Amino acid sequence: MLKKIFTSVAALAFVAAASAADVAPDAFVRQISTDVIDTAKADKAIQGGDVGKIIELVDAKVMPNVNFEAVTRSAVGPKWREATPEQRSKLQSEFKTLLVRVYAGALTQIKDQTVEITKTQPVPGGSQVVVQSEVRGKGEPIKLDYRLDKGDAGWKIIDVNVGGIWLVTSYRSQFAQELSTGGIDALIAKLVERNSKPAGGKS
Amino acid sequence: MKRRLAVSCGALALALLVGGCASVPAGGAAPTAAQKSDPWEAWNRKVFAFNDAVDNAVVKPVAEGYNKVVPQLVRTGIGNVFGNIGDVWSTANQFLQGKVQYGFEMTMRVLVNTLFGLGGLLDPATEMRLTRKSEDFGQTLGRWGMPPGPYLVLPFLGPSDLRDGVGLAVDLHVASPSRLADTTAGAYEISALQLVHTRADLLATTQLVGEVALDRYSFIRDAYLQRRLDQVYDGAPPLENFDDSDDTPPPKKQ
Repeated sequence: MLKKIFTSVAALAFVAAASAADVAPDAFVRQISTDVIDTAKADKAIQGGDVGKIIELVDAKVMPNVNFEAVTRSAVGPKWREATPEQRSKLQSEFKTLLVRVYAGALTQIKDQTVEITKTQPVPGGSQVVVQSEVRGKGEPIKLDYRLDKGDAGWKIIDVNVGGIWLVTSYRSQFAQELSTGGIDALIAKLVERNSKPAGGKS
Repeated sequence: MKRRLAVSCGALALALLVGGCASVPAGGAAPTAAQKSDPWEAWNRKVFAFNDAVDNAVVKPVAEGYNKVVPQLVRTGIGNVFGNIGDVWSTANQFLQGKVQYGFEMTMRVLVNTLFGLGGLLDPATEMRLTRKSEDFGQTLGRWGMPPGPYLVLPFLGPSDLRDGVGLAVDLHVASPSRLADTTAGAYEISALQLVHTRADLLATTQLVGEVALDRYSFIRDAYLQRRLDQVYDGAPPLENFDDSDDTPPPKKQ
């Protein structure tokens, strides 16, 4: 019963989101997360642990809503200024592949949980907003927050917080380490190497 | 149990000893925020590597075997029992932190699960919206105003910081499930089961971290410190500014 209500709210949000620029940030997040989770739960291959399919799902449903340039720029930090256009585009595409893997890996662990939006709060000093939600299932609810920025094309995700850990912030210090020892090319090489390992394989 | 106390005291003493020898890292570049929170990085990395070796050799294979051999239903039951015992200590900490409302909700949770959940085996409280709100003594110390102190990797126990190391010693001494055992052997068995169960729960997560971290040590460190800050603030830590000042065009090629 509750699920039906949830699904219909999600469907309504979907319809409302047709005019992307006017949609409220929490409706935006609700639409994406219920869409992704419902698809993941309904797809037998995904439930069986097919990582390739999950990656496709994330690529199709979540990634278009992420502002990758801002995300990569933030994670790389001041060295971004020194990067050439080819380096920038390579950094962006490699980081995107990595983030898809992170999200897909987290999704493999969702079995029966539901996601509920708890709060939306503006970040002081700009047009950013943090939408807080919780993944509820067995045991303690897991915090899942999205930091959104309003651009010309509507809301875009610029950071995700899982259980208190902001992803882009975590990668910022990961990148800083590589950048300080080997520079931008070393960072790109490291990202390529990480992405070339098979995802979700049995260890 | 006495041995456990000794181990935790030993770890704590070690931490304090190393703390006395800590010095500001020499070097030209200004320390990054991460380095400021991890002045003992050289030591921590060594312990991290040691813990990894022990994990790969012993704990992880046992945890994987546990997952294969023990049916999901049984594992869920075991998890619920340990969780319920943990909830008792969480309740105490909620009150210690002055969070009376949460303290009462957690009390209800423990009562419901113990009385209606077959002594903690089942978890009817979650369905009644009495969700778990974990607290430990490290968070209580944080709430009372103690700053986390330097990041510290504890032998066998993993990531911590100075404050949480102290908290952990208290947690283990006061609230470890092994206290319920009548014999020393029983206490060891319970501790071992708890260890294997927790490790099995984390197998998928550690696998994911291995795939997506550029450097596992610093990824785990930053994740741990962020998570603890979030836990001390109960999910509402002060929001940092999103660092996005660099929308400059790329340099022209020669």
